[in-house]
Amino acid sequence: MKLEFDIARGDFTQAGLASSRIKKVLKQLQVDPKIIKRIVVAIYEAEVNVVAHSVGGRMQAEINGNHIEVWVKDDGPGIQDIEQAMQAGFSTASKEVREMGFGAGMGLPNIKKNTDELKIESAPETGTLLWFRNDFNE
Amino acid sequence: MSTEIPYHAIKVDAEKCMGCTHCMKTCPTEAIRIRNGVATIHAERCVDCGNCLRVCPVNSFYVEHDSLEQIERFPYRVVLFPSVMIGQFREKFTEDHIYDALLKLGFTHIFEVEQPIDLLIQEIKNKVGTAENKPAISSFCPAIVRLIRSKYPSLVENIVPVKVPHDLAAAFAIDKLTAEGIARNEIGIFYVSPCSAKMAAVKRPLGEKASVVDGLINMKHLYNRIMQVISKNDVPDSSALRGHLRRDGIIWSLPRGEARHFKQKSMAVDGIHNVVKILERMENEEVPELDFLELKSCHQGCAGGILLTGNRFLTVERLQKRSKKYPMASSGDRVCVNCTEIRENLKAGPIEPNFVFALDKDRSKALEKMQKVNRILCQLPGIDCGACGAPNCHALAEDMVQGQAKMTDCVFLQNRYLNAKKIDIKKATRNLESTWGKNRFDADCNKKGGRNEGF
Repeated sequence: MKLEFDIARGDFTQAGLASSRIKKVLKQLQVDPKIIKRIVVAIYEAEVNVVAHSVGGRMQAEINGNHIEVWVKDDGPGIQDIEQAMQAGFSTASKEVREMGFGAGMGLPNIKKNTDELKIESAPETGTLLWFRNDFNE
Repeated sequence: MSTEIPYHAIKVDAEKCMGCTHCMKTCPTEAIRIRNGVATIHAERCVDCGNCLRVCPVNSFYVEHDSLEQIERFPYRVVLFPSVMIGQFREKFTEDHIYDALLKLGFTHIFEVEQPIDLLIQEIKNKVGTAENKPAISSFCPAIVRLIRSKYPSLVENIVPVKVPHDLAAAFAIDKLTAEGIARNEIGIFYVSPCSAKMAAVKRPLGEKASVVDGLINMKHLYNRIMQVISKNDVPDSSALRGHLRRDGIIWSLPRGEARHFKQKSMAVDGIHNVVKILERMENEEVPELDFLELKSCHQGCAGGILLTGNRFLTVERLQKRSKKYPMASSGDRVCVNCTEIRENLKAGPIEPNFVFALDKDRSKALEKMQKVNRILCQLPGIDCGACGAPNCHALAEDMVQGQAKMTDCVFLQNRYLNAKKIDIKKATRNLESTWGKNRFDADCNKKGGRNEGF
């Protein structure tokens, strides 16, 4: 089953829409609540990343009986140093974003913590592609 | 997951129900459907919050309770009532007047539920202090506990495993009476409930085997009986019976009544639809770091309980005023004879999740059903009119894949089928009648409902 969401830049009020929708689906599939929580947190962080840092993007989730795969693709500006961005506390967020309570440098580390497999590709011209997978059975 | 049908305090009087959509639309767990022109409650989904009862224009919902006459079975008759009950009475009736009326009605002992509140506060603070999952969620409101079990299973471990005040009060009353040499089997404990959720919680306790309460009294019913016998003249002073009552106890069931003991590291939310929004955010870890979260199903806490009479804000105001006359709770209160045993009694067993919203136990079947729901949704109008007898198009689509509804239940789809000559008008009428009952399509100048009386 496929779910798709557009994520607009700068619209923090809409961040959480995709994670809430996917959460509802996972609950109806009776996925273990602890695993749902990990997935939802990862998706929410990814949504906020697109809203706060990119020019806008798109999320795709594919769910089958065993796992969920999520693709988050934005159209730029790209991450300069992925290794640095993966470090807890490192942030390039603007003052405005921080004042809204985001941009603490925990986004990517939190996604890594809450996913079973994570891949990030990024280039200044093409933007960032984030992919992760979570299994439903431990 | 148990297969037996859970007990519910809320019932529908099929004679009174006119089959409108008010209850179905307000239910926070989408537990109501209209069948044959009558509201039916899905027992697994219902959390006994009572919002259906609140919005019903013809009073067709009622709460099951025991009659007041049943107390005569016991030589010693204890009435346990939550302090919030006092707040319903106008200022001209003093606490003494109300206590006097309760004795007139046949009770031999009176205990306000929140008397030994200090024990409860200590127990909750201990549990919250060592809790692994923060914020710890109050177990006070049974409707909320049920809501979390079914709709927010990831949060059941946050619920503080402590029993509710009426269990504590019952243990306290038994402790006091047995200390006077009275045998337990001679004592009848009667709990006066401010709502359907607490009624159901006594009959079907969560995280414990059986409740110690011998009978349940509907607070609205008792209010009427008190008003019939209450004295207009001076009555004896009964303040000695309230010696153990504390300010913290009187306001315990009001918003922030519990949370105030955790100061800034706490939050209180009242109203079940508000609670739903907070729990959604909590699941996404979007709630700030807190120690304690107080959640109450009714607006203004128990002052807004569905079995209370009068205005909830006036009730809160009176209770606040009343509480100021009482001292604060302190650990030096030493109110019980056998405190260790009562404390032991306060511990509740773990609360298990109850996955009632899963489409199927088998995940691949659930996935198939979900895809089917999405295909059906393409066909439905998406205006959530409720004319199918389900609260919205999505709920109807889910009912369809579960075999509890059919495509023609949707009046829009049915019209499409009529135009395409797939069904005839007779069949279409029969379909509508199976939801709304016979004769619902005739003119009726005396029908109930449909008027703008609320404005």
